[in-house]
Amino acid sequence: MNPQAIIDGLIAGSTIGLGAIGLTLTYSILRFANFTHGDFLAWGAYLSLSLMGLIGGLLAELGVRLAPFSFTLALPLAVVGGIALTVLLALALDKLLFGRLRARGADAIIIVMASFGASMALRSLLEFIYTAQPAYFTTALQIAKPLGLGLRATPDQLLVIGMTFVLVAVLHLIVTHSAMGRAMRAVSENPALAGVYGIDVAQIVRLTWIIGAGMACIAGVMAGLLVQIRPYMGFDLLLPLFAAAILGGIGSIPGAMIGGLIIGLAEAFAVQIVGAEWRAAISFVILVLVLMLRPQGLFGKAGG
Amino acid sequence: MTVLTVQDLRAGYDRDLAIVKGVSFGVPAGQSLSILGPNGAGKSTLIKAMAGLVPCFGGAVHLTGQDVTGLAPHHLIRRGLGFVPQTENIFTRLTIRENLQIAAQLLARPRREERIEAMFTMFPDLAARPRSLAGALSGGQRQMLAAARALLTEPSVLILDEPSAGLSPKLVGQVFDTLRRISAAGVTLLLVEQNVRAALALTERTLVLVDGQVAHDGPSAPLADGALLGRLFLGHRAEAMP
Repeated sequence: MNPQAIIDGLIAGSTIGLGAIGLTLTYSILRFANFTHGDFLAWGAYLSLSLMGLIGGLLAELGVRLAPFSFTLALPLAVVGGIALTVLLALALDKLLFGRLRARGADAIIIVMASFGASMALRSLLEFIYTAQPAYFTTALQIAKPLGLGLRATPDQLLVIGMTFVLVAVLHLIVTHSAMGRAMRAVSENPALAGVYGIDVAQIVRLTWIIGAGMACIAGVMAGLLVQIRPYMGFDLLLPLFAAAILGGIGSIPGAMIGGLIIGLAEAFAVQIVGAEWRAAISFVILVLVLMLRPQGLFGKAGG
Repeated sequence: MTVLTVQDLRAGYDRDLAIVKGVSFGVPAGQSLSILGPNGAGKSTLIKAMAGLVPCFGGAVHLTGQDVTGLAPHHLIRRGLGFVPQTENIFTRLTIRENLQIAAQLLARPRREERIEAMFTMFPDLAARPRSLAGALSGGQRQMLAAARALLTEPSVLILDEPSAGLSPKLVGQVFDTLRRISAAGVTLLLVEQNVRAALALTERTLVLVDGQVAHDGPSAPLADGALLGRLFLGHRAEAMP
């Protein structure tokens, strides 16, 4: 077996893990499975791509390549704007759709169905605006450098893995050690009691969308940077995202990340063992096994 | 000075089926008040409406002279109204200290640790293991943590919904000892309680609610023999009794 599957799995797992963080937070605090989350990844990638083109056009000096990476300085700046716009998209969707349903006391299944419909609308709109043709952040070729033990990775790939671990560590520290994180965990456990404790639950809901959409945008850009971006990229990632969030335990940020890495590695090894055509089935198999054997996931609490 | 005034309050879960039907009363600062009544009388709904957890359809609630009718719970706590729900009144997946830290967030930064330590002094059981998950506490200790959380922000009025529900007699004694200390410290206390004897012994004044309306409002002591209370629970109004 080619050990390169480890690097391939870590790279895929990084994207899945970052994406699953938003999903797990939304699920734990708003208590519904948000199907639009995959589209936040795709919208984040496309919005960042558009901003990158805009920034590159306006400020030619930012078009210099950031060696050893394949992209220019315009990309990190565009990602900052892309995160802001993706967050605005998520907040607008909550204001116009999910928030109204919550205010009416709609059942979770109604909100899930609404998210499914919104997901299709967002995807179609993306395809309408950008067409179904793949787009690229960079067309520069990178040579994978040897890392030892028969492993190879490009600088972009190493950046993606490194950034993911830094982001997850920072986010985990915020949630476990800050007042904001305590409030998020409190709302996740009991929103009505959180109000009695003096927590502004609406503010925590907004914060959840901000973190989730922000992480989704970064995950979308990472996926786009290493492969390509397509309007359906988020939809294609939905099953691995859900599998990672459930495997890690709903509400657990490190759990989502570790779940993402396990899914990514399982997919990469499956490609070598049973063939690439079975790659997509792996997430489904893991999801079913977790739901049957440990429904609370690796880091979730039974009955919670 | 009257710290809390409830005027002709109508509240419930459905506008066409009000559970609280025009309740009025006032509470002077520092007084302790029991709200008693048979099951389904609307006691819990009344205090939940005052705490912003149940919609009000009419009437008003004034706290230290300000109209707070229908305000969300997180606004009410900032205005000085502390509420301790009957069940699920602490965050079990957070530590004891984290439960208190959340409440302390409402205070100015320099006072936060000082007030948390004050609560640990008041409730030494909680101070013994502040980093333990609150879910590991016994029923009585949970009620203490819930009370400590509510008291931490020094509310003008503390409302408790059946603090002894589901507790063993020994723990009930502990909880009422705690409430006695809170009341003695000058906190205005409102208490909905099924343990009538303990509630009457604790509070100076009792409001009896029957079918969403006030059937009696007066000192607690005369109700202690049980006869008057029994007749009130059966629906007789105090002024109609011999």
